[in-house]
Amino acid sequence: MTLERGIATLFLAICIAYGYVAFVTMQNELLPFELNMSFLPNTLPRALSVLGAVIALVIILTPSKPASEGGTAAEFKNVAWGNIAQTFGLLALMVAYAMTLRPLGFIGSTSLFLILGGLLLGERRFVLLTAISVFAAFAVWYLVERLLEIVLRPWPAFLMTQ
Amino acid sequence: MIEGIWLGLSTALSIQNLLMVIAGCLIGTLIGMLPGLGPMSIIAIMIPVAIKIGDPSTALILLAGVYYGAIFGGSTSSILINAPGVAGTVATSFDGYPMARQGKAGKALTIAAIASFAGGTVGAILLMGFAPALASFALLFHSAEYFALMVVGLSAIAAFAGTGQVAKALMMTVAGLMLATVGESALFNAPRYTMGVQDLQSGIGFITLAMALFALPEALFLVLNPARSKSQSGNGAGEIKDLRITGDEAAKIAPVIARQSVQGFLIGVLPGAGATIASFLGYAVERNIAKGDEQAEFGKGSVKGLAAPESANNAACTGSFVPLLTLGIPGSGTTAILLGALLALNVAPGPRLMVDRPEVFWSVIISMYIGNVVLLVLNLPLIPYIAKLLAVPRNFLIPFILFFTLMGAYIGQNNATELLLLVGLGVIATILRFADYPLAPLLIGFILGGLLEDNFARAVNLTDGIGFMWQRPMTLAMLIIGILLIILPAYRQQRAKALSKGVAQGD
Repeated sequence: MTLERGIATLFLAICIAYGYVAFVTMQNELLPFELNMSFLPNTLPRALSVLGAVIALVIILTPSKPASEGGTAAEFKNVAWGNIAQTFGLLALMVAYAMTLRPLGFIGSTSLFLILGGLLLGERRFVLLTAISVFAAFAVWYLVERLLEIVLRPWPAFLMTQ
Repeated sequence: MIEGIWLGLSTALSIQNLLMVIAGCLIGTLIGMLPGLGPMSIIAIMIPVAIKIGDPSTALILLAGVYYGAIFGGSTSSILINAPGVAGTVATSFDGYPMARQGKAGKALTIAAIASFAGGTVGAILLMGFAPALASFALLFHSAEYFALMVVGLSAIAAFAGTGQVAKALMMTVAGLMLATVGESALFNAPRYTMGVQDLQSGIGFITLAMALFALPEALFLVLNPARSKSQSGNGAGEIKDLRITGDEAAKIAPVIARQSVQGFLIGVLPGAGATIASFLGYAVERNIAKGDEQAEFGKGSVKGLAAPESANNAACTGSFVPLLTLGIPGSGTTAILLGALLALNVAPGPRLMVDRPEVFWSVIISMYIGNVVLLVLNLPLIPYIAKLLAVPRNFLIPFILFFTLMGAYIGQNNATELLLLVGLGVIATILRFADYPLAPLLIGFILGGLLEDNFARAVNLTDGIGFMWQRPMTLAMLIIGILLIILPAYRQQRAKALSKGVAQGD
């Protein structure tokens, strides 16, 4: 099965789950007065689940054509495993960044994210990388908090009074 | 209209707004040049800044400037290193890069800038004529027609997705509409599809979704496929010396620019078509009507082949503002993000915009002229310096692109859970890209989802049922157009397949 149809099959499953919630769960949760109304919270979801399931079936059942030239699907062939490992590493780093943003503070976690990201990609000029990362973290924090006045906690939680 | 232009001039020419255009164009050019960040990502990053500004005209002027700057930046990297940062400038690299290799990089940049300038200016003039006419017609619309119009818009986006892509585009549209039902809505008393997750109550942030759909997959592609970001040495900024073009060349490109500005604008007005299709079509048309030896030059550094896609894509960008400003329907991913920004700024784009907020409408149009002038006068001389940015090593660039993506989602929502959602959705989007599923329909479906449901609910409540679909002639007509838009390409595809079955498998 091609990736294309795999995705369509998965989407069909999502539509069925989505439709179950729309047709059964939400229908049971309706308040008595709502039953007389012509437009309900589950009206659009019901329509969408049916429509989505039909389209997914069309994709699954029609014979697929070869991938278009120059499309991203064609680029998939050039991907090397080493790069996939790097990609997953960067994704893990992004998750770690989201988790540490509050506890470590903006400047700490941003500097770490930029330094580790650079190292992961193979950068060996550690001092330069650290200098640029810390400077960038400070600069962005200054721009966002001072000029845009959007509060970013710069330091670890235990150092901040509020 | 004269008082409108006057109002626009007085708004757009204030010191603050002029600075915004200049800043927007510069930021757009700088970031648009980087591989992996297209106009959609840049605008999404800039939205928190725009919301902070508060005044819708100023904010929209900034975002429009960023949009033009990004397209121009994309052309620059297409010409200099054959790495289009934006899909709309892929056709630019066909002739722009050969010119740069012949040592005419400066000339190529000048032609690109002039063609963009002309395309954008002609587009803005046409927009001034088109938009008010369309808006006054659209004032007749009721919620039933709006609902039908959105159905037409969504099906047109699917229909223009390309051969064999219609079903996939439709599936993505439905997925976007489904995502839009997550969270609380003004219509109902309870949140839907939050699965008990507190952070989903307010729905999925559209900046998060935009970042996940466009910026993150692009950045991940840079990691997965290093060849994409590799810049050819020897064609760097050092070689941009002569920016002048000859009178002969000017005479050659003038008619091309004139034709492609108009054609590009008209394509841009269609929902779903946009700058990419306009630039490819512009290139193809000019190659077909060029004479013998001029035609042979296409692809080898023809000035015509460079001017055509450049004027077409800029005119199309301007054209895509027509459905956005007059109907409130985005025709492309970028205008979908702008629509989201407008809604966040408390401006409802649509036919009432010209009546209720004329200063917003006209100042955007006037700022388009100013933006084009800024690109020509300010950016062009700066290009040799800006192009140095292309020399930033990949190991530094990629973590920064990822960081900007994260920041865009974080500043908008100030919620770390949003970042996890961003990574999750980004991975899904990358897989979808690998399977050639178009992602713009998903975002457009997501943004239109709420409006679609509101208008549908209003129409159903007014007529006590779905009878409005066939009782109101304009609604019926639009719904039929919407269905035809989906059926016709599918039918033609089937017929082509049936015809080809009778033919032997030859060349």
